[in-house]
Amino acid sequence: MNYLWIILGVIFIALSIAAGLIWVERRLLSVWQDRLGPNRVGPFGLAQVIADTLKLFFKEDWVPPFSDKVVFTIAPGILMVTILLTFAVIPFGPEFCVFDSNIGVLFFLGNSSLGVYSIVLGGWASNNKYSLIGAMRASAQMLTYEVFMGLSLMGVVMMADTFSFSEIVEAQRGGWFILPQFLGFVVFFIAGIAETHRLPFDIPEAEGELIAGYHSEYSGMKFGMFFVGEYLGITLISAIIATMFFGGWLGPSFLPPVFWFLLKTFIFIGVFILLRASLPRPRYDQLMKLGWKLLFPIALLNLLVTGAILIFL
Amino acid sequence: MISILRSIWLTFLHIFHKRETVEYPEVKPYLAPRYRGRIVLTRDPDRNERCVACYLCAAVCPVDCISLQAATGEKGRRHPEFFRINFSRCIFCGFCEEACPTNAIQLIPDFEMGEYIRQNLVYEKEHLLISGEGKYHGYNFYKHAGVAMGVKGKGEGDTEYKPVDVKDLMP
Repeated sequence: MNYLWIILGVIFIALSIAAGLIWVERRLLSVWQDRLGPNRVGPFGLAQVIADTLKLFFKEDWVPPFSDKVVFTIAPGILMVTILLTFAVIPFGPEFCVFDSNIGVLFFLGNSSLGVYSIVLGGWASNNKYSLIGAMRASAQMLTYEVFMGLSLMGVVMMADTFSFSEIVEAQRGGWFILPQFLGFVVFFIAGIAETHRLPFDIPEAEGELIAGYHSEYSGMKFGMFFVGEYLGITLISAIIATMFFGGWLGPSFLPPVFWFLLKTFIFIGVFILLRASLPRPRYDQLMKLGWKLLFPIALLNLLVTGAILIFL
Repeated sequence: MISILRSIWLTFLHIFHKRETVEYPEVKPYLAPRYRGRIVLTRDPDRNERCVACYLCAAVCPVDCISLQAATGEKGRRHPEFFRINFSRCIFCGFCEEACPTNAIQLIPDFEMGEYIRQNLVYEKEHLLISGEGKYHGYNFYKHAGVAMGVKGKGEGDTEYKPVDVKDLMP
């Protein structure tokens, strides 16, 4: 019974944060652009979330006649499933974790790799050149950044000597891993942006060049799944950053651990939105160059130095 | 690298900047007196209609949204029998105001003309005609015109000569 509550709680928290981010992102962006943002519907415009969701539900759910209909329909679902599955291994607090897997980090990396399928299949099934270009860019970008996304986490794994998220949190009682693993944090953060294809690395959707990239043909709630999936991805990466580098739910005891975890997560969600507000989109080859020629060697170097220190000191 | 971090930081500092948004229905924007909004027909200081139905506004209108019909009242003074502006066509260019020889047609700073029924955007003379003088106070066309229309006699204006008797040879 207790287990059911935890599962429902995690799904509720993840989905409500992702939906709430629709409002949060628009308000935060407006703050950084000297505007006010949506403030009309309900108190502080909070009911904007409901209005947007209802709007998405009532939009025509159009499947293009020239598309591969089955793949077209299941592609958005894959994104949601892979990201929501990953929330299962993240400890929201002590004992507040759906499945405290001893290979949690690997589970997260594997699921984020599976997420590429959603975009590639969606872009391919749309049978549209812009979608296809977007999907190809997405696959190249995500494969590139996944390589050192995993490598950048290995430093933390070596220091904590475990793949389990909750044991990694416990290992940070003496001090957060952000200090010894600063390079790993930077690399993981950049890779996380590319992995969720958020601005400035939104090259798969790049509305200036590709209309909407891989989801050009999507409408209604199928588009909504990609939309919410992107916000879920931000939440997930922020949660992973908070867990791996900033001590997860650890914090002063006058507030419950879940609060500390959500606070840290929200700070990183804010940083994601700040990046969107401030940085222009790089060119595709610049992104690839940055990945292979700069971040990949840094991640390897970080791994090497961490390993050397752990063995010889 | 430094410039990227710097631009992130500068964007962050915008939290402390003043908001540029004007919350419109509560806060009305300032509109200059010469703002080109809703079109009105004005009256002269004697509260007579200024419009003499010369059709210049209808002729100059690039979208043909003005239609009117001239009529002659007692004492031979011209006035529009009807005057109709279709505001669903109007582009608020202000050419009619420039063309008007009597300052009758004027654009005023009011833009809140939304309607749910398109037909309601067609304004008739009773909607257009206001009881005041609009932007040009004290102007009466017939004080300057060469014709006598009860405002002043022929040739009695400040800027005109007495009429010349063309059949007289005397200078």
